Amino acid sequence: MHVLPYLVAAYVFLTGCYGLAASRNLIHAVGCLAVCQCATYVLLLAVGYRDGATAPVFSDVKPGSRPVVDPVVQALTLTDIVVGATVTALLLALVLQIAKRHGTIDPDELRELRG
Amino acid sequence: MSDAVTVVALLLVAASATAAVAQRDPARQALVLSFLGMVLAVLFTVLQAPDVGLSQLAVGSALTPLLIMLSVRKVRRRGRTKEERT
Amino acid sequence: MNRLRLGLLAVGGAGLAALLVAACLDLPDFGGSRHPYGDRAVRASLARHIANTIASVNFDQRAYDTLGEMSILFAAVLGCVVLLREARDERRARPEPAEVVRPVRRYALLVLPVALLTGLYVIAHGQLSPGGGFQGGVVAATGLHLLYLGADHGALERVRPLGFFETADSLGVCAYLVLGAAGVLAGTAFLANTLLPYGTFDTLSSGGTVPLLNAAVGMEVASAVVVLLAHFLDQAVEIEEEPGR
Repeated sequence: MHVLPYLVAAYVFLTGCYGLAASRNLIHAVGCLAVCQCATYVLLLAVGYRDGATAPVFSDVKPGSRPVVDPVVQALTLTDIVVGATVTALLLALVLQIAKRHGTIDPDELRELRG
Repeated sequence: MSDAVTVVALLLVAASATAAVAQRDPARQALVLSFLGMVLAVLFTVLQAPDVGLSQLAVGSALTPLLIMLSVRKVRRRGRTKEERT
Repeated sequence: MNRLRLGLLAVGGAGLAALLVAACLDLPDFGGSRHPYGDRAVRASLARHIANTIASVNFDQRAYDTLGEMSILFAAVLGCVVLLREARDERRARPEPAEVVRPVRRYALLVLPVALLTGLYVIAHGQLSPGGGFQGGVVAATGLHLLYLGADHGALERVRPLGFFETADSLGVCAYLVLGAAGVLAGTAFLANTLLPYGTFDTLSSGGTVPLLNAAVGMEVASAVVVLLAHFLDQAVEIEEEPGR
């Protein structure tokens, strides 16, 4: 239990990397990149977790009455998720441009075109 | 109790991430990604991060799959009009 | 995929996996009780009368970092708009209005106002309850697109003047910058939260400049997502290549 969340994060990251490298379709590759991003969220939140603690929101918890989890990593993850989505959108826009210019989104075929 | 929920959520995340990578058809992958986003939102809520869970639910299970679906549709439509022309 | 590439990937992946596992074993235990940064962040947030510590970290303690995130977001959206614009060899074909199944239409139109209201509520209560500009913006913007499910693309285009949202996107970024520069003009530092009174703990107006920065981010994220989805929808539904090329 002590390292399981970290190992899951590492596993998800490596799985995403494999998908990226083995992908035959650029849209699929962008999806795999989204999986890689998820790994960082899991890792960050796992680092900030504290046993028996509650969320760092004090609108209904009296400050100091209960331990809270680390809010800094949560803030990092939160902005990252939204910004990551727009970067995914940018990559998809690039894929659409590639499809328009070259008529294919298979990375291997694209390489042959270049050669 | 909450330990067991965390472990189950973590394993579900690992499983759905594997499924998302293994699914070769991008349109179906978008659906799996949507499921992955939902499982991640559950995991984040269990880890006492409701802010992040909310963000992940909105982005991971709605926005990203929608963008992927729209891109797939565009690429497929291009392929179709090209075939009609030749 | 050729064999050489797969072999290279396996070697690299195995090496990376070994390093990652070694690093995982050395990290502090999951659920440990030592979080020096977290404790300090909570203290600073309570000193400024902000109930949601995460909003305090995002819009007060690390406001400069959020400015960077916002610029990435803005630049990414700008890049999408440029890449997905209607090129010279393309034309717009009006799609035919499609029949929507009755239950889908009814459900989508019923949920649409609820989703919009939820998004706005989440933005407005950013510094009190879980939520804020980033999440609420995405919820409100994707909620608007239920109209595409419930009616059709034409209806969505009528209620969504794209120019307005593009302007709102830039205005959101400008508002954030102006609020930051106001600190400089008042004689403190860029984005320092010393301008406004901190107010009563756990009310809508508490936290100095945090609610304002939060609203600016909410406006930016919501319009950014609307603009993004609009351009992707245009590509997927309307724009096609000029025949004969």
